[in-house]
Formats: sequence, C-alpha cells, structure tokens
Amino acid sequence: MMAGRLRRFGGMLLPLSVLALVAFIAPDRAADAVGTIGTSLREMILVIPPVFVLLGLLDVWVPRDTLIRYLGPGSGATGTLIAFLLGSVAAGPLYAAFPIAAVLMRKGSSFFNVMVFIGAWSTTKVPMFLFEYAALGGAFALTRLAVNIPAILLIALVLTRGVGPNPGPRTSGDVTPPGAPSG
Amino acid sequence: MFTALFYALAAIGLVASFIADREKTAGALYKAWSAFSGILPEFVMIITASGLILAYLSPDVIAVLIGERSGAVGVLLASLAGSVTLIPGFVAFPLAALLLEKGAGILQIGAFVSALMMVGVVTFSLERKTFGTRVAVTRNVLAWVFSLLVALVLRLVLGGAGAGVALLGGIG
Repeated sequence: MMAGRLRRFGGMLLPLSVLALVAFIAPDRAADAVGTIGTSLREMILVIPPVFVLLGLLDVWVPRDTLIRYLGPGSGATGTLIAFLLGSVAAGPLYAAFPIAAVLMRKGSSFFNVMVFIGAWSTTKVPMFLFEYAALGGAFALTRLAVNIPAILLIALVLTRGVGPNPGPRTSGDVTPPGAPSG
Repeated sequence: MFTALFYALAAIGLVASFIADREKTAGALYKAWSAFSGILPEFVMIITASGLILAYLSPDVIAVLIGERSGAVGVLLASLAGSVTLIPGFVAFPLAALLLEKGAGILQIGAFVSALMMVGVVTFSLERKTFGTRVAVTRNVLAWVFSLLVALVLRLVLGGAGAGVALLGGIG
C-alpha cells in the first residue's frame, strides 16, 4: 500500500523537480510557469467538484440496467446522441472526462458511445463553442464544428472497429477504485 | 455561468439524494472523493507539466512559429504546439485571438485550437490508464490528423483571404 502510494505520487515528482530546476536556471520562466499552474489549479478547484459529485451520484443512483438501456450496445443512434449531449454539456477539462468514462464503461455503456462522449467532451462543449464564436468569429467556429462532429463519430468508429474496447482489468479499477478504501 | 449551472445541478442532486437515501448519498460522496483523490496526482502532474511547457511556448514564440506565411509547415507546427499544451478552456480562445493579433495565420490557429482540444500529450498517461495503450495512442493520432484536416477545410471555407494564408500554396 505504501509502495503503491509512493509510486502514485512519484509521477508528480518529475514535473515538480523540473520546475525546481527551471527556477534555478531561469527564474522568469519558472514564474511564468507558476502563474499558469495557478490558473489551471484554480480552474480545477472551481470547476471540478460538482463534476465529481455528479459522477458519484451517477454511480450510486443510476442502475446498470438503465445505463445499458440508454448507452449500451443496443441503444443505437439514440444512445450515441445521448453520449454526444452528455459530453457537450459537460464542464471541465478533458482529463476530468476520463474518470467519468471509466464509470460509464463499468456500468455497461458501449465502447463506441464512450468514445463519442470523450470526443464531444474534448471539442463540442457548448460553453467552449460560445467562447470560440466570440473570439474567432462564426465562420471559423462553425467550420470547426462541422468538421468535428463527423470527426468524432469517425474516430469513435475506427477505435471501436479497428482497435477494440480493450476491457482489461485496468480499465476501471485504476482510475476509480469501485469501493476500495484508498483514502 | 456553466460552472454555476453545474454547482446548482450537483447541489439539487445531493439534496434530492439525501432526502431519498442518506446512506446512498454518503456512498456517492465517498465515490466522488475517492475518484477525485485517486487521480489528483495525475491532475497535479498534468497541470505542472503544461505550465512548464507554456512557459517556454509563450504566445510570442507560438505566433512566430505559426505566422500567416508559415504555410503547411506552420500548420504542422501549430498542431504539434496544440498537442503538447493544455490550456484551461476559458483561456484558450482569448489566447487564440491574441495569437491572431500577434500575426498567427487563421489556418494555423485552426490546427492549433483543434489539437489543443482533442490531442493530449500531457494527459496521455491518464488516458492510457482509462482506455489502454492502443486506444489512447490511436485516438490521439487520429485526433491529431483531424487537427490538420481542420486547417485544410478552413482554407476551403474561408477561401484565399490573402496570399499569405495559402496553405496549399505553401506546399506547392
């Protein structure tokens, strides 16, 4: 347990020690980096809590059967639409989507729909689109959207057909231990 | 605004859940916490790494790399820069607008923004843990290819707004 914990936090040591090194060689750069890190941490702390609370509620309240009905292999185009909308109304950076994807997979969502969800989360989020429209103009934002929607479906299709779901034991266990007392 | 909506949703959900079943609600909160604390090290790693990368890939550097006349090479560089950086959403588009102001080309910005959103080099280890190596690699490679395609389509749609933005001209 102790060793596992060390290994888990060990990943943080590399970038942190690089940061310390940069602070020595180029303090200005390090200051820049710390500023950006601060902004990102603020985003994480502000945006992420409700996402994880909703994830917990989803995990506890939505029965596996229900999730399979709406997002499972037999859910068809409706399921894909639901996955698309779920991803698009999401808030938060892409890395917050992975634990949710893990819960969806564990509860029986089809792999294709999980990939659509990830794709939508990454590019077609509604608030992001509004930002994009305002900052870069309608032609730019709409063109990107028009390319992205088929791209998301195509990527999900290729990943499902060509690469396969890869439902290894790591799939769900690593990111959200179902009930393991890790705290 | 969307964040507020999410807080409201989570709050309503929690209250409803608490009224319906206290134990389940406690379970949900426990799961929320364990999921969060489980990937917190990865989050911190991702955020620190991207902060460092951005300290060196400043807007000025990016704008020079992907200037209007940088052509296909600029598009390629833009998509690579977008792949290795991770920027909070509310910063990304103001940054893109700033880059345009500093002289970046619109096609290059299209590739940059697309790669920024879909391709995640710093988030790769977390993605691999969730989906496995093959899926994570394939998804990122495909997303990267699409970031280049976006630039091509933008060129077709926005047209030859000027000789400088000629992506294909850059190739030929």
